[in-house]
Amino acid sequence: MRFPAAAVLAVLCGLIAVTTTAHATQSGRTPLPEIAIAQPGQCVEPKEVMRREHMTLLRHQRDRTLREGIRTKKYSLNECIACHASRETGSVIGAGGFCQGCHDYAAVKPDCWDCHQPKPGRKTAVKAQP
Amino acid sequence: MNERGDIGNNDNRGNNARDGNNGRRGFIAAAATLTTLATLTLAPGIRLIQIAAARPEEEAASAAVRWGLLIDVTRCQTGCEDCVAACGKENGLGEVARPRTDAQWIRKIDLKEHATGRALSLPMMCQHCAHPPCVDVCPTGASFKRADGIVLVDRHICIGCRYCMMACPYKARSFVHEPHTDQNPEVPRGQGCVEGCTLCVHRIDRGETPACVAACAAAGHAAMLFGDLNDPASAISQRIREVRTTVARADLALDPGVRYEGL
Repeated sequence: MRFPAAAVLAVLCGLIAVTTTAHATQSGRTPLPEIAIAQPGQCVEPKEVMRREHMTLLRHQRDRTLREGIRTKKYSLNECIACHASRETGSVIGAGGFCQGCHDYAAVKPDCWDCHQPKPGRKTAVKAQP
Repeated sequence: MNERGDIGNNDNRGNNARDGNNGRRGFIAAAATLTTLATLTLAPGIRLIQIAAARPEEEAASAAVRWGLLIDVTRCQTGCEDCVAACGKENGLGEVARPRTDAQWIRKIDLKEHATGRALSLPMMCQHCAHPPCVDVCPTGASFKRADGIVLVDRHICIGCRYCMMACPYKARSFVHEPHTDQNPEVPRGQGCVEGCTLCVHRIDRGETPACVAACAAAGHAAMLFGDLNDPASAISQRIREVRTTVARADLALDPGVRYEGL
C-alpha cells in the first residue's frame, strides 16, 4: 500500500509545526524563539554581531583566559551570565533562560553548562589572608 | 664602500651601546629601588611585592614569573586538614561524598620514620613541574603548562582518557565521575574530565594567594609559603636560598614548583 507523497509531506509539516510552536512564539507565519532579556541595555557588541558571532567570541575568550590567563571582562562568559540571568530563576538556562530559549529553537545543545555555572554567584569562597 | 659602511655601523653600534648602557643603568637603579620597596614589610605577612604581583587583567601570564610553593613540614600539623577543606570550598569539590571516587586536588599524608619514630604530616598536590609528565602523555594537548609554570587541564579539549593520571608520580589528578551543578562560577568543572590543583589560578590572576595557603595562615600554622621562584627578592626565593629544601621524587628530575622544608 502506498501513501501519496503530498499527504506524507503535509503530515510531516504539521508535526514540525506543532513541535516548534511548543517552544516558540508565533509571529505571522514564522515561529520565533522566546528571548527573555532580563536587563535591557547595550550588549558588548551590536545585536546582529552577537547573534552570529557569540560562540566565536566566547571560544577565543576561553582560550585566552585559560591558556594565557587574560581575564578581560568584555567577552567573559561570567559577564554574559551576570547580565543575562533570568530574574525569576537566576539562571541563563531552564525555563525562560536567555541561552536555552534560543538554543532550543535552533536545536543546538551547547555543552557549556556541563562544567560552567549558569548562575552568577560568589567571587571567591576563601578570603585572602593579610 | 664596505669599509666605510662598516665604520658607520660600528659608530652606530657604539652609540647604541652607550645609550643602552644609560638605559640599563637607569633600569637597574629603578629595579634596585623597587626591590628595596618590595622587601619592606607593610604588616606581618604582607609585602609590597605580593601586591605588585597582580598583573593587569589584559596582560598574559609571563614566563618571567614562576609560581611556587614552599611547604614547611615542621610547621604542618598532624590531623589538621584546613588546606584540604579550603581547597574543596574554593573549588567546589567533594559535594558527592563518595570518598573513593571524589575529586581530590590536595590531600594530607602522614609519614613516620621507622628507625626514629619521627612523625611528619604534609600536604601533597600537583607539584606544578617544569617538565610535567602529564603534559608529555596527553594525546589532545589538554594538559598544559601555563607560561608562569602553572600546570592546568583545558577541559574544553580533555577527552577524559586519564593517561595523565597514570603518568603523574604524585597521584595529583582526579577524574570527575559525577555530573556537577554547583560549581564556583570561577572554577568550571564537570563530568568526564580530569582535573587537579590549579594553584587557584583564578585567585593568582587577581593577585591573591591560593586558598590552601590562606587557610594555613588563618589556622596560625603558616606552613605554606607562596610566591615567585624567579624573583630573587620574593620571600619564597629568599627562604629556599637560606634553608635546605627538597622536592618530592627528586630522582625523576621534573623540577617541581612545590618544595618541602624539613622533610
